[in-house]
Amino acid sequence: MFDRFNENKNCLIKIEFDGTVLDALEGEMVASVLMAAGIMNFRDAPVSNTPRGPYCMMGVCFECLVEIDGVGHQQACLVPVRSGMSIKREKAKRLISDDLVC
Amino acid sequence: MTSDFIVIGGGLVGAAVSYGLLKLGATVTILDEGDTAFRASRGNFGLVWVQSKGDGMHEYATWSRESSDLWPNFAELLVEETGINVGHHRPGGLELCLDEAEYMDFENSINRMHNQPNVAENGRRMISGDEVRRMEPSVGPEVVGASYCPYDGIVNPLYTLRALHQKCIESGLIYRPDHEVKKIIPQIRGFKIITNEGYFLSDKVILAAGNGNKALGEFVGLDIPTGPERGHIVVTERTSPLFNYVLGAIRQTDEGTVMLGATKENVGFDSGFNFEMAAKIIDKAVRKIPALKKLRMIRSWSALRIMSPDGFPIYEESSNFPGAFVITCHSGVTLAAAHALKLAPELLGNDFNGKFNAFSPKRFDVR
Amino acid sequence: MTLCVDVVIIGAGPAGMSASNMIHEYGGRAVILDEQSEPGGQIYKAIDRVMRDRPNELSWLGSAYHDGARLTKKFRSQAKDYQPGSMVWHIECRNLDGLYNIFYSQAGVSKKIETKYIVIATGAMERPVPIPGWTLPGVMTVGAVQSVLKNSGMYPSGKLVLAGAGPLVLQLASQLIGAGISILAILDTSPKGSFLKALRHFPRALFAGDYLYKGWNLTNKIMQSNIKVYRNVTELNASGDGRLQNLSFKVNETKHCLKADTLALHEGILPNVQLTRLLDLEHVWSPRQRSFSPVVNSWGETSLSGVFVVGDGAGVSGARTAEYSGAIAGIIILERLEYIKESQRDLIIEDRKFRRLLDEGIRPFLDTLFPAPERIGEVPDKTIICRCEEITAAEIREVVKKGCSGPNQAKAFLRCGMGICQGRMCGTSVTEVMSKALEKKPADVGAFRVRPPIKPLSLEEIVTLNDN
Ligand SMILES: Cc1cc2nc3c(=O)[nH]c(=O)nc-3n(C[C@H](O)[C@H](O)[C@H](O)COP(=O)(O)OP(=O)(O)OC[C@H]3O[C@@H](n4cnc5c(N)ncnc54)[C@H](O)[C@@H]3O)c2cc1C
Ligand SMILES: Cc1cc2nc3c(=O)[nH]c(=O)nc-3n(C[C@H](O)[C@H](O)[C@H](O)COP(=O)(O)OP(=O)(O)OC[C@H]3O[C@@H](n4cnc5c(N)ncnc54)[C@H](O)[C@@H]3O)c2cc1C
Ligand code: FES
Repeated sequence: MFDRFNENKNCLIKIEFDGTVLDALEGEMVASVLMAAGIMNFRDAPVSNTPRGPYCMMGVCFECLVEIDGVGHQQACLVPVRSGMSIKREKAKRLISDDLVC
Repeated sequence: MTSDFIVIGGGLVGAAVSYGLLKLGATVTILDEGDTAFRASRGNFGLVWVQSKGDGMHEYATWSRESSDLWPNFAELLVEETGINVGHHRPGGLELCLDEAEYMDFENSINRMHNQPNVAENGRRMISGDEVRRMEPSVGPEVVGASYCPYDGIVNPLYTLRALHQKCIESGLIYRPDHEVKKIIPQIRGFKIITNEGYFLSDKVILAAGNGNKALGEFVGLDIPTGPERGHIVVTERTSPLFNYVLGAIRQTDEGTVMLGATKENVGFDSGFNFEMAAKIIDKAVRKIPALKKLRMIRSWSALRIMSPDGFPIYEESSNFPGAFVITCHSGVTLAAAHALKLAPELLGNDFNGKFNAFSPKRFDVR
Repeated sequence: MTLCVDVVIIGAGPAGMSASNMIHEYGGRAVILDEQSEPGGQIYKAIDRVMRDRPNELSWLGSAYHDGARLTKKFRSQAKDYQPGSMVWHIECRNLDGLYNIFYSQAGVSKKIETKYIVIATGAMERPVPIPGWTLPGVMTVGAVQSVLKNSGMYPSGKLVLAGAGPLVLQLASQLIGAGISILAILDTSPKGSFLKALRHFPRALFAGDYLYKGWNLTNKIMQSNIKVYRNVTELNASGDGRLQNLSFKVNETKHCLKADTLALHEGILPNVQLTRLLDLEHVWSPRQRSFSPVVNSWGETSLSGVFVVGDGAGVSGARTAEYSGAIAGIIILERLEYIKESQRDLIIEDRKFRRLLDEGIRPFLDTLFPAPERIGEVPDKTIICRCEEITAAEIREVVKKGCSGPNQAKAFLRCGMGICQGRMCGTSVTEVMSKALEKKPADVGAFRVRPPIKPLSLEEIVTLNDN
């Protein structure tokens, strides 16, 4: 869990995580914003199904993967927030099978 | 150091043959290269494939089918012996066609193989695009049809290699990695094998060194006309189960990753990566299965196949230096079961060349 | 159409920015690709934004950080072809004409650039520190906590424990103290006697005396705070139900337990060799830093002519050295492209080489004071080494017993290193564990082969790139 030094700044950007609206400041990374909202558990590991969260915050561990605006496996620690972003937690194995029935 | 057999090469061919020999009580040493050697067994696609095998040589069609039939038992044996599940499945295979020309090619091949004498029936038939989509709903509209064979399957080739190594070592195999064979000197009885780490002695020597065989053959009077053919493979992230069948160049592993393969290039001893090849593979795959577009590519690589001029295996005991054998093939995953359970015993018998006459490299002299 | 350029610089940290600044200063041009959304690299991460939006935080982030603005200012004003958010995923050598193709992905679209020269300035990453329980959410690295601090102005709000050794631990602690954030404990893992050993390198370190002064200040700040510091810590374990809750460790045979919400690990940093391995360049093992780095000559060029590696990616030696190395590579390229004369080149190079030599004086001292841990090869059996495929140290030791002779065979046998991080997180540890198990030097054990793409890409991206 993380806190902002400056809580009273106007959080102008709104993003959504699994349906919940979160406040963010321009320039903040998606991963930081989730952690500031108390979310440490970003996804389930594909092998053991156990929860994982950010480890390196510099794009090398791939533990912070989330789905952003429909695109899976994005490194939340490298992506700055944009207003209206919709973020989803990733299941152990991503499903693409909804699209499979042609 | 002395043993009944020295096997040169610890890939799928060398390991399968050693497995069979050790089961029959022989003592075996494998001499292998190091961690970064060319090793087709580490870079392949993992098909246990029957449908396209043996167009032009019915013995090969029969041999491939035989190995496919041995695989279920072989896989079970390996699990029992090592605890390693090698992930063998035989759901049947579909080779998807993106145009009429491809469809015709497959159809002609079926007819040719059907007309070969003594060929084992492999149940292969052509099916229409609509039937394909009924069997495999993820198949896209561009697919015009497919060639289907119920005996096609898959296995995890890496776990197979690991299980074979593990069982062999537990059965007394002496495994020597980082021992590149430089020279083989035939003795009055047996062979002296010189490596970068000293020499070894044995009664019999088996060349199972993949693309290394050609050079080694010269020491024991074996002419082995093989060469490297590069193939690229692309693998995706893990995803939920997608397919009912193995789709030739598209298959899903037990772990959930989807493998896409494989190209053919003649570039010598170079296992580098060529972007155009990967792009070609991906292009075809998403035309066949449009939903794959959404998946992420995790890695791609290339590896070198061991190709003979006609693509069929080469098995032979040297007539100048009896006791020296070569075992090599294009599809060492498919044939691993046959190599372990059927071919290895013949190495202990005394009519190897008689049994495998069709696979002798002498077939290339005639032409 | 493919873009054709003279120079592509990969990475906009001190090394990459300095190469770019030098090249632009003398009229040359370069494309700069960096996967981050702002220039600065690891050390000067988000410096411009902090100065603009959160200037009050500069006082505790420190003067060394503030210093980065000097580079970013010049960089932003000159580097017209700086492409933020651009991740390089493949480099292809073209044998026919000696050019290189660089493939990168920006905002979900992949592009290709053709270039004569490449400056790889991709920096370093922290050494992954496998301990039991390190995959639990809440276990992070010191650099990760610092990244959030710089990048987003946030700090860990619960019970925070720092564990490990290295200048970065001192620096983060001092930054947090400055900001008034409490640290529950610091677990110092450097072995006994390191300080005495390091004294041998003290005279040379004096040439970079400001570092010593800074280090002294940092240490003092921590001593004067009321943070509990445990020394000679061993057998660190993390546990918890779905997240980090408990820590246990030993100090001289006495077991200690702590409750914690965030654990920040650190055991030094390693060159990021993803691109240099992809290019199949020769790498050497540094026994002192316990890591592989690519072989480069004194101006940063590799065995592939036209490919330079500068900064921490060529061997960890800090931001200032990175800056000098970047400038040297830039100057060499300028001369080859005939923007400057040989005599001019030599003058600038000698100056930078001299400054680099002084600056590097601190390294032997630092590397001995905070020695790279040898114990990673000996982590407990149950420790996960490969986080992606969840392969433990025991499994690696087991395949070694069954004849597995190197990391690439281990990868084939276990899937270790085959996961989504492409072996970044387990590569060094696998070499270390196999080295101990095989009783071979890490240099002889070797490392994973790296294959493209170095980060995942959607298949659609490849199809679209190919269509263009
Ligand atoms: C891209 C690709 C896809 C494939 N897909 C399939 C498939 O789907 N199904 C299938 O059945 N087959 C497939 N194959 C083929 C299959 O991988 C090979 O037939 C099989 O791995 C060959 O095994 P091998 O032991 O002969 O050769 P290798 O695996 O190459 O092993 C040879 C061994 O010999 C060692 N060696 C060489 N020279 C020396 C020396 N002088 N001294 C000591 N050791 C030496 C090498 O280090 C190596 O370990 C594919 C191959 C490729 C490249
Ligand atoms: C997490 C971390 C924190 C650190 N903090 C400090 C500190 O506070 N103080 C200190 O003195 N030293 C610190 N260091 C050490 C510091 O990194 C170096 O001394 C210095 O930054 C090295 O500069 P560089 O230019 O070589 O690399 P970096 O500054 O690391 O810059 C490399 C750049 O390359 C980019 N990059 C990497 N791979 C790719 C790719 N494939 N495609 C596109 N771009 C890519 C990265 O995004 C990054 O911006 C830290 C190191 C790490 C790993
Ligand atoms: S936290 Fe490690 S990649 Fe994002």
